[in-house]
Amino acid sequence: MFWTSYFLAVLAIALAWPVPILLSRAQWPARSPFTAMLLWQAIALAGGLSMIGAMLVYGLEPVGDNLLSGLRALAGMVFNNAPTTDLGFWHIFALSAAALLTAHLVFTLLLTYYKIQRQRRRHRELLDLLASPSADGPGTVVLNVDSPVAYCLPGGARSVTVLSDGLMAALEPAELRAVLIHENAHLSQRHHLLLWAFAAWRQALPWLPTTRLAQDSVNSLIEMLADDVALKTESKATLIKAIAIVASGSPTAPATRLAFGEPGLPDADPSQPGATGGTGSAGTTASRVSRLLSPQPPLPDALRAAVLAVCVLLLALPTALLLVPGLLG
Amino acid sequence: MASLGELERAVMDLLWAGQEAATANTLRDLLAQSTHPQDGTAGHEGKDLAVTTVLTVLSRLERKGLVERERGTRPHRYQAVSSRADHTAELMHEVLGSAPDREAVLARFIGSVTDNEAETLRKLLGRS
Repeated sequence: MFWTSYFLAVLAIALAWPVPILLSRAQWPARSPFTAMLLWQAIALAGGLSMIGAMLVYGLEPVGDNLLSGLRALAGMVFNNAPTTDLGFWHIFALSAAALLTAHLVFTLLLTYYKIQRQRRRHRELLDLLASPSADGPGTVVLNVDSPVAYCLPGGARSVTVLSDGLMAALEPAELRAVLIHENAHLSQRHHLLLWAFAAWRQALPWLPTTRLAQDSVNSLIEMLADDVALKTESKATLIKAIAIVASGSPTAPATRLAFGEPGLPDADPSQPGATGGTGSAGTTASRVSRLLSPQPPLPDALRAAVLAVCVLLLALPTALLLVPGLLG
Repeated sequence: MASLGELERAVMDLLWAGQEAATANTLRDLLAQSTHPQDGTAGHEGKDLAVTTVLTVLSRLERKGLVERERGTRPHRYQAVSSRADHTAELMHEVLGSAPDREAVLARFIGSVTDNEAETLRKLLGRS
């Protein structure tokens, strides 16, 4: 019981600080974005679980041999006025902290969901009035804006992909197709659920390094996943050109003109790729392009399996530590 | 019968195009005359449009904060709260804004590009 709480605390700290920093600096996620995405999810879930679990187990230590008997004893104190003299100040403190943290996480998750839904509804209402349907199929609309902008607004059956007039004018048909496939991949792979979960995670614990790093990495990884879908039907050069045109015409970007001379762009400077991750400011667009320019082979199957095993272990270990002693005893 | 959504759109188009506030009656007459290039159908369907339908549409738009009513006059005169351009700007602000809690609302093809990134992009894409 005692050691369990220490172990969970160490796990929680590792998952809150050094592990996410290492993972955010690693180069391999760009090679197997899906595997990396699973690992981030496992880190976030296991981190939360071990944080709450550590406090719970520590707090219940005097009243139960394991989590389940401890919880039973606690329920007795709360509901049947059993004596609480066994619990010291720090135990009660830890239990309160565990309860508060749990409530805070759940509440933030729901609040973020509500806020996102409200903003999406408002956005959709305005789109209904301002955008005109596009020839590119149902669920695609065109907005009368000069700068090249493309985005998708998730919402189940009412999901919509929005393109601007500026984008339609700037892109060739194949490039436009690449953009549409990319955006549809976000919708069909339900990336908005990941965005929601990690936005809530960050909103709940903004001071924890892991939440910012996780959100930035997840934002980046879903773009890579969507790029990979686009690459199945469109050529690499087409996608790169589309990214570069949209990035250079984006109003937030400084007035940079990019050269699109050679469409193949085969010989990127070998010293460049991956150089963007070093400063800590993960540049999503730049890392996407460098990934396309100098593709690395996906991780070998054995390594991918190892990462998946780590994911399972991360989730199974705290769960087992919390539940198994109680179930056996 | 045109759907409420199409009518909302048609009414907003009229209010955005017109300079001054209009009554439901005026709007109904305008809807009856106009043919809309985008959907073609709403125009002639407008002939048998009831004023109550227009009022329903206006109250829906009012609830959404898109239309406001001039108090004190009878019949009520309605006007758009902001221009079409302002609403488009509102959308773009949401799309381009990068506040952490906004990032999850929608997924952009290209997120905001920093100076560093633009530099890297330029290098990667063969010197400009």
